Amino acid sequence: MNSAMMRVKVQRYRPEQDDAPFMQEFEVPYADDMSIIDALHYIKDNLDGTLSYRWSCRMAICGSCGYMVNGVPKLGCKTFLRDYLNTGITVESLANFPIERDLVADIGDFVEKLEEIKPYIIRQDAVSVDDGEHLQTPAQLTRYRQYSLCINCGLCYAACPQYGLNNEFMGPAALTLLHRYNQDSRDQGRDERIDIVNAEEGVWGCTFVGYCSEVCPKGVDPASAIQQGKVESSTDFVMSKLRPRRPS
Amino acid sequence: MSKSGKTYHRADEPIFWGLFGAGGVVAAFATPALILITGILVPLGVLQLDYASVNAFASNWLGKIILLAVIAFPMWHACHRIFHAMHDLKIDTARGFFKLFWYGMAFVVSIAAGAYLIAI
Repeated sequence: MNSAMMRVKVQRYRPEQDDAPFMQEFEVPYADDMSIIDALHYIKDNLDGTLSYRWSCRMAICGSCGYMVNGVPKLGCKTFLRDYLNTGITVESLANFPIERDLVADIGDFVEKLEEIKPYIIRQDAVSVDDGEHLQTPAQLTRYRQYSLCINCGLCYAACPQYGLNNEFMGPAALTLLHRYNQDSRDQGRDERIDIVNAEEGVWGCTFVGYCSEVCPKGVDPASAIQQGKVESSTDFVMSKLRPRRPS
Repeated sequence: MSKSGKTYHRADEPIFWGLFGAGGVVAAFATPALILITGILVPLGVLQLDYASVNAFASNWLGKIILLAVIAFPMWHACHRIFHAMHDLKIDTARGFFKLFWYGMAFVVSIAAGAYLIAI
């Protein structure tokens, strides 16, 4: 099928002139190794320079190029035209987020949620640099490692029906990152994060649909992190009845 | 205190999630076998269950506990699932009422089943 052309439908929305998003069809040259962002580059360079979309690294590590491809959240760099020969391709802005322009989603709410869960190591006791590094066993590393591989692309938010229904829900990636730091043997910040875990907006907003884990391009399993959070929250619920925590 | 200063309230979900989880285990392991036996094999005459032996089972304390478990836990499971499915279907009006209604139904069925079993 080399030298053939392939049709790609792209969602457009330019707020200064469009009342609503609409689809525009382009013809791009097909190659077996052509990714979605390669196709978007071709469109921008040769067909319509006004097309806006986010991208950066082209190798599934920056997390910028999340789009809906035929209704499924995908990274543009990791998704290839060859897999859509029979179905055709429709590229849209990430679901569950407002559209800023064309394929650019406004993921500000997601970024605020990431900050909210304090995604950094918190120590209660001050440790001097002179004391050397914190050592960790392979077993301690295994407890959180897969959850640390998140690239913050937001595909899991586009996949999550609960976030789509109510964006007060902290959502998959933020709760996974929260779990990642709580599971880290170097971290002592659990008490500062547990109120978020325990809330309706925390792990309890999840109904274990599991689509977040299915679409994750890095093989992180947010659904498992959240279910472990539910166990932790349930334990904390019982413990708080037996031994009330002092208000911080 | 959270980073944004927002106050988070503890959800009462652990209680219902615990009962939902217990019900899920019972519904997955015991309910299909019970439906097969009491709903299909016995009515078709493939299996024989006489009143005396079932009555003896329900008269025994261990039997009572097992019967209560296979009735009450799946009830909590189903009611919890329906309550959350209402939110999925965007039926969010009178949420407090429906919470009381569905969990109340599971509660009433559990108490009634317990009372019947004690009376046997």
